[in-house]
Parts: sequence; C-alpha cells; structure tokens
Amino acid sequence: MTMAQHTLSTAERPLCAQRAVAPDVIERILATHGNGHGGLIAVLEATQAEYGYLPETALRLVAEKSGSSLVDVYGVATFYRSFSLQPRGRHLIRACLGTACHVRGAPMIVEELERQLGIRAGETTPDGEFTLETVNCLGACALGPIVVLDDRCFSQVNTAKARQILRKAATHREVAPLAAAI
Amino acid sequence: MRGAADVGRGAENGLAEADGAMVNLTINGLPVAVEQGATVLEAARFMGFPIPTLCHMEGLSPYGACRLCVVEIGVGPNAKLVSSCTYPAQAGLRVRTASSRVLRARRMILELLLASCPQSKVIQDLASAHGIRRQRFKQEHEDCILCGLCVRMCAEQMRAGAIGFRGRGQTLSIGAPFDAKSEACRLCGACLYVCPACQLRCTYSEPERAICGGCANLRPPCVEKAPYDDMMCYLEPCAACEIAKDR
Amino acid sequence: MGRLRSVEDFHVCQRALRRAVDRHIPTLVISAGTCGVASGAQDLIDAANEEILHKGLGDRIRLRVTGCHGFCEMEPSVLVEPGRAFYPKAKPRAMARIVNATAKGEVVEALLFHDPDTGQPAPRQDDLPFFRRQVRTILSRNERIVPDRIASYLENGGYSAVVGVLKLGRPERVIEEVKASGLRGRGGAGFPTGLKWELLARAPNGRGKFLVCNADEGDPGAYMDRSVLEGNPHSILEGMLIGAYGTGATEGILYVRNEYPLAIQHAEIALREAREYGLLGEDILATGFSFDIHLVRGAGAFVCGEETALMRSIEGKTGEPRQRPPFPVDKGIAGKPTAINNVETWANIPLIMEKGAREFAAIGTPNNSGTKIFSLVGKIRHTGLVEVPMGTPIRQMIYDIGGGPVGAAKIKAVQTGGPSGGCIPVDQFDLPIDYDSLAAAGSIMGSGGMIVMDENTCMVDVARYFMNFLRDESCGKCFVCRKGTQRMYEILDDISKGHGTLEGLALLEELAQVVKGASMCGLGQTAPNPVLSTIRHFRGEYIEHIENQRCPAGVCKDLIVYSINANCEGCGACVRLCPSGAIAGEKKQRHTIDPEKCIKCGACRSACKSDAVSVA
Repeated sequence: MTMAQHTLSTAERPLCAQRAVAPDVIERILATHGNGHGGLIAVLEATQAEYGYLPETALRLVAEKSGSSLVDVYGVATFYRSFSLQPRGRHLIRACLGTACHVRGAPMIVEELERQLGIRAGETTPDGEFTLETVNCLGACALGPIVVLDDRCFSQVNTAKARQILRKAATHREVAPLAAAI
Repeated sequence: MRGAADVGRGAENGLAEADGAMVNLTINGLPVAVEQGATVLEAARFMGFPIPTLCHMEGLSPYGACRLCVVEIGVGPNAKLVSSCTYPAQAGLRVRTASSRVLRARRMILELLLASCPQSKVIQDLASAHGIRRQRFKQEHEDCILCGLCVRMCAEQMRAGAIGFRGRGQTLSIGAPFDAKSEACRLCGACLYVCPACQLRCTYSEPERAICGGCANLRPPCVEKAPYDDMMCYLEPCAACEIAKDR
Repeated sequence: MGRLRSVEDFHVCQRALRRAVDRHIPTLVISAGTCGVASGAQDLIDAANEEILHKGLGDRIRLRVTGCHGFCEMEPSVLVEPGRAFYPKAKPRAMARIVNATAKGEVVEALLFHDPDTGQPAPRQDDLPFFRRQVRTILSRNERIVPDRIASYLENGGYSAVVGVLKLGRPERVIEEVKASGLRGRGGAGFPTGLKWELLARAPNGRGKFLVCNADEGDPGAYMDRSVLEGNPHSILEGMLIGAYGTGATEGILYVRNEYPLAIQHAEIALREAREYGLLGEDILATGFSFDIHLVRGAGAFVCGEETALMRSIEGKTGEPRQRPPFPVDKGIAGKPTAINNVETWANIPLIMEKGAREFAAIGTPNNSGTKIFSLVGKIRHTGLVEVPMGTPIRQMIYDIGGGPVGAAKIKAVQTGGPSGGCIPVDQFDLPIDYDSLAAAGSIMGSGGMIVMDENTCMVDVARYFMNFLRDESCGKCFVCRKGTQRMYEILDDISKGHGTLEGLALLEELAQVVKGASMCGLGQTAPNPVLSTIRHFRGEYIEHIENQRCPAGVCKDLIVYSINANCEGCGACVRLCPSGAIAGEKKQRHTIDPEKCIKCGACRSACKSDAVSVA
C-alpha cells in the first residue's frame, strides 16, 4: 500500500502552467495571515490557495519578508501533508485510506486508480491533468470507501465506480480551480 | 555542571533558569541535591552514574531524540521511562538509571542503531560497551540518525542556521533548504565535528568545493569519489577504508 | 436581531425567538453534514423546496437543514417533526410525496424505515433499534439546530448556560460543578476535566491564559467531533466561554483539521455571528468578562492531535511534540498557561451547567459519568454515530444498536481507540465501554472510534495497516518511534507475505514493549497497542501466517489465490472488468482465472452475482 510521498527535489515538474510569484501578493498574504495564531502555517495555506502549490520563489519570499529563517519556512512547508511543493494537476483525486475504508477494500481502489492513471499516489500525470493523493480519513466513514474528486465526494466506491469517476472528470472539462489548500 | 553560557539554553524545553535554589532527589537510592534547573542527566552524571547519550552535547540545547539516555522515574505501576537529558530534576523524584526496563530499552535502541548506521564508530563503541554483538533487523546503511546535533550546532554555537530538518517521519532528513547551496553556510565544518555517524551528506551543488567526510562511510557522500582521494583525512581509518583496501 | 448589550437584552431576544417558533407546523429535517451531502442531501433539499414552492405550501410546512443526526448508513434521510417519522435513503423524486403527505399531517408508510428482520414499518425514529438504546443528549441537538444560524441555537436555549454562569458571578462555581460532574476528557486520555481546569485557574493571571478546542480528530474511522462541530458549532463556543469564565482564560483557539472543510466553514460562521451578537469579544453583555476565539486550521498531520505538538502547530511551527513537564497548564502556547480539551468535552459543558452536575453524573457508571459518542463503522449492519451512556456493554452496542453482522460472516472483534487502541475479541463483548475496562483488556477508549471486524478481516493485516499509518504519521523526531514503527511494520509486512518467522514474532513483541516505554510522546507510546492486542487475542492468526503461509481471512494478497467455483454461470461479467485479462471461459461455461496473471484486485468478486469467486 502506497502513501503520499513528498518529493523534495525541484528537478522534475509536470507540464502544467505555473503562475509567476508576485512579491506584493506575498506581502498581502503576510499582512493578512502572518500575525495571528497559526502564523507561518496560515501564511503557507494562503500561499498555496493562491498558486495551487508552494513554489520555491514564494517560500523564499515568505522567509525574506517575514523574518523567519528559510530553514524554518522550508521545514514547516515539508512537514505538513496538505502542502505540496510540486504543482498539482487540474483535478485532484483523493482516496481515503482510513480504517473503516480500509476494511471495506480501499487499498484496492487506490491500486485501480494508480493503474488507470499510470502514476503512484502522490504523483501527477505527465499531462498535468490529475494528481492522485491518499488521505488518512476524511470523516465519512459510514459511507466508505470514499474518493473525492476536486470537491465532489463519491461514496461506496468499488473498482468499477473508480473507473467511472475518472471518466467523468476527463470528459467534463469543467471548471476545476487549481487544487485548493486542502 | 551548567555554566553561564548554558543558562537559558534549556528554555525551549521549559527548564527553569538556574536561580540558586537546590532540589533534592534520589538517584539509584542515593540522595542528591542539584541546582534548580538542572536536568536528571546532569544530576546523574554529577553522581558518577553512567548514562549513554548520542544526541546530547554540553553547550547545545537538549533535544531528547535518541532516547538512549532514558531512565526510569517513579515507582510501581506509574513508573515510566523518560529521557534524562530533557527531564528537569524535581524535588522528591525517584530515579533509576539502570533498572531492567531501562537496560532492555537501551539494548533495543542500540540494536536499532546498529541496524541503521553500522559504520559509525560511536555507535559501535556504545553497542559493544553494552554487550550487543548482533542486530536482528534488516540491515540498512544510513548515514544519518537524525540526532539533530549538526542543526543545533549550526544554529546555536555557530549562529549560522544554514541547515535544518525537513519532511516528516520516514522522510525526515537534514539539509539546506531546496538542497541548494546555502548562503548562510560558512564552511566551518562544525556539523561534521559533532556528527556521531561521522558523516555529513554533502548537499552542495558543487561537490568539489565541499568539505569531505567520505572516509567514514561505506559510500562517499557525493557521486564522484576521485576528487577526495587526496584530501587530508583527520579521522582514524575505519570500516570504509578497510573494505576499500580489501577490494 | 442586533448586538446584545446586556443580560436583559439576551433574555428579551431569546424569548422573542422562542415565541416566534411554531412547534406545531410539520417540519422536514434533512441532515446535510458531510455524509449527508456526500450521499445527495442537496438534491433532496432542492426537490423539497421546489415542491413546497410549486404547491404553495410555505405556510403549512417547514424545511430545516441540519448537521449529522448519526444514522449515516441511511443517508440522505428525512426526519419529520413533530411526528418523528423517519424516511431513510430518501430519493429526490420521492420528496414530492413526502412533502404533500407531511403538509397534511400524514406519513408515506411505504417509504418509512422497515425493520429488516420483521418487515414492519417503524412509525417513529425513536422506535428504531439503532436509536432506541441511545441517550442522545448531544446528538439530539443536531436534529433541532440549524448550524449556520445563531438564531436557531438561541431559540433552542443556546447560550442560556453561559448567561446563567455570568449572572451568578462566581467563577469558582464552574470548576466545582465540572469537577462534581465527573466529566473526563473525551479525546481519549480521560483526564478529569474539572481537575485540569482547576490547575489552569490556579495558574497566575496577568500574562494571559489560553483555552484550546482540539478538533484535530485524526483517528481514521472516528468522526464524532466533525459532526458536533458541523452540526452545533455554537455549543463549542458556549462551552469555551464557560470554561474561560471559570479559569480566567483570556483567549480561545479552535484548532480544526484541514480535512474538515464544512466544519471549518460552520465554525467560521458561528464565530462571526457570535461576535456580531456581542457574545464573544470585549465586555460580553456588559458583565466585564472578555473572551474571544480564533480558528486555526491544521495542515495534515495526525501527530498534531497530541497536545504539545498541537501547541507548536498553533505557534506556526512543525508539529513536533516535546516532553512534559512542563505541562501545558504551566507553560503552553507562547509560554502561557494553556488547557486543551476535545470537542465533545466542550459540547458537554453547557449541558452540565444547565442541568447540574448531579443529573449529568447520574448517567454512566462510577468514575465514568455521562454519555459518549462513538462512531460505529466497519463490518456492521447499521453504521453511524451512536451516543450511549458510559458503561454500555459492547455487545449491546454491536448487536442491539448496530444490528449485528452484515451478511453471513460472523463478527470477530471490535477495534477501539483508533491507531492508539487495540482489538477486543468477541468473547469479551460483555465488557462495559468505559475508560478503565477497555484499558484492562489491552485497548483504550480513545476518541470513540469503534471499528467492527468480521471473519473476513485479517488481524495481521489490521496490525500492519495501523503500523503503516503510524510510521507515516510519526513526526520522526524520536529515534525509537521513527525506527520502531518502521521495523515493526517490516516484520508485520513479512508475516503478511508469508516470510515471517517465530523469532520475528518474538522480536516484534520485544520491540513493541520498548517502543511503548521509551517513546517521547503519546503517538509512539501507544503505537504498539494494535500489534500487542492482536497478538494477545489472535495469536493463532499470526501463527497460521508464519507456519503455514496461510491467511485464514483471505486478505493477505501474497497468501491467497482467486479462483472460480462451481456457482459460475458463465455470464462473463467478470471478464470485462478484469484489468489483467486473467479470466477466460466460454459463454455459459464455468470460467477460470489464470493465477499467473491475476493481480487480486477483487473486481471480479464485486461484480459476480453468483458468488462464484472464491478466495483462499
């Protein structure tokens, strides 16, 4: 069973467009979120909401403008699972691997999704369409196994339904915002 | 004991500043009095009781990561193991530094260390001092036990703060952000000096400029070994050199 | 309603809201928490609204959208007030019938919940076996309250408890009452809440004190806190206000895990409304008492449920735990005295102050008072959230409330306490569910997750699953936990693949004891529990894997073979679905699976209507 992995090197990037990071955007984020509780974490969440992931330039700017050391910023950015230092695909697929979903066969769903997309959990397809991640419990345990596609939640998923979900996403090129902070 | 430079070092872990008041506790049945703010480790060593450590160093803040310094405190069903380097000496505390539970823990920790980092002379010496001759897990060859001495050395003593922890759990590692050359690093080599695994993975983008610790490892830290062949090595020949000779 | 500027204002407002409620008009209550929405509650709401509009029934029937009621298996569901008719798994196209019948004061009998054993329709929700044995002090409020409207909370008596406390003017009364109630922390450790607050109250004032609501519910399989926060966020705010008054706390923090977007949304709305009404902030209701609460989002780290890691996360750092002492009540967030409590603990506080400690303590058993919400999930017929008195026997929970096994497979064990807990085998199901009994059996109460397992669950796989989870979530700081969980996983993985040895099993037990004792924080200290409890109660399964390379439950992939048995009717449904083309056969002839190609994905088994796929 695979778990979401953090790739720390910035060498490989999928082929999706990445917005340039603007210093004034970072300053705005720091002004709004930097002073309350949650501090750096709240700042990074807002930055990820803005760009879909945490670009290296953004992290360097955050360190520079907030006075936190780059080592601390990088440490926090890589510690928490909801942060991604790699750009994510247009569609974010999250499969729940909580205990209730596990006893109902969730690992097989993950394998099926990996097979269909040709990537491992934690990776993005080369065309930049799909990012597959696993989550440790979304809290909808009575309806497991659960797969969330962008912000739509699918319940009692089996391997056949998993394939349907992917087809749905591929055909409806519907408006999917850059993967949100969660 | 604690010098002037150490006062305030334990603040991260909530240890009170030394203020001259004495604390009375019992270690291995013997009464001992130490200054308020001292740790159980300091108290035990003051009495001459041996407690092994790996991630502890005088002059650096205590971290409590290696767990080798665990001692048993309390009695009866509530007795528990705590890391003595971070536990404050408290009035009335009953400490045992070599109970069977402590020894079982230490031996297992040393086995786990050997299973991860067998080439470290420090770990080998500790293991043989405790009579550990084998380890029963799948052998790994890691060059870092994540004790954090290098991070604390760089931040607290050298005041550079060039390296830090990143990732979490099984992907936890130490290095410079983005694995890129750090502007804060002054190439002082203090991180190499304190490392118990005797090796620092080279994270520089230009390996030929780095300070090498390759001789203490079974593999050089960077891809090409050739640039280091004639670098002067200040460490005793060790396993890697011996194996290289045999080949 | 505008800002409330005094206690009198509050009473006037509450009276007015209550007077405006007509309790006789039938109301359709649709539960639209995360589960409800995921199963299509929004479509029900839309269909109902459309019919009400279309038929002009706006003054004859009401629609109330709430959070989770608890019978999640049956969602999307509709509850009718005041008659208490219950329509499970309602379909949008049936809403028109339900709306019209309800407006006339009638029920649609065909759509009511029918007892699966007797086939009889249940006239009221409260008659259902799932609900009958529950004591729904907290969950019943989820049925009455509309979570994103403070007026709904107020008209149901909300904030009366804290106003009563403020009027009395004696902070120590709060501590006395909470102590007398015997309330123990509902997050898992079961520390007496009154005692924790007493310690916080004793800490010196002047520099500020914090109260924290830990909504980082990380145990997979547990979602009680989510449903309380989604369905009744104001109850948490009220609880924290009461706690702040009693302990002298100056600031509150609500830490919610990132994976609960609806709970975060409802909490933010509640905070905003409470501030608008003057129930949070400076000089609340002109009593001189000031307190405000801020929301902090988690970022995906199970370890942040541990209180020292939680505090570091609130400070914007990595969630690395530290040793205690110093305890949070002495040195917490930013070095200030801090008390951290779980969502369900906070939800109980207004109830205690309202009803009184004695009435609260009358429920439950000695030393384990009150009710507890459990998430009953897994291999059981009726899954959902269940609120019962402490001390309820496990058997009652599983068979009476949960309805027993789903299908023919017999129930084998129940896992409690999430990754920090253990498995209780079926022969111990007479144990009462309380902190001490579960601990004696080798498990813990934990936050309330109860995962039912049957004959088709492999206990080695369960231990392996939890160890995988824990090694992934370990913060990595302390060597024993980081390496210990990894090595325990390796041994369990070997056993599940048929490469285990008896020496390995002994090593696993030995290592587990050291990890339990020498780890720095609760995550590491409780990580060995699933392993130790499954070895203790299901040693036979481990031995079977090791000595005979066999998985009795048919789960461990490397030890099982998929084959097609004589039930096969040759319909070919499985052939189409097989991703590796391993199934072959003629139409209407028994098919065969090529074990070389089979990847054991299970697609054929789920597709087969004849139960022709055997796993052994």
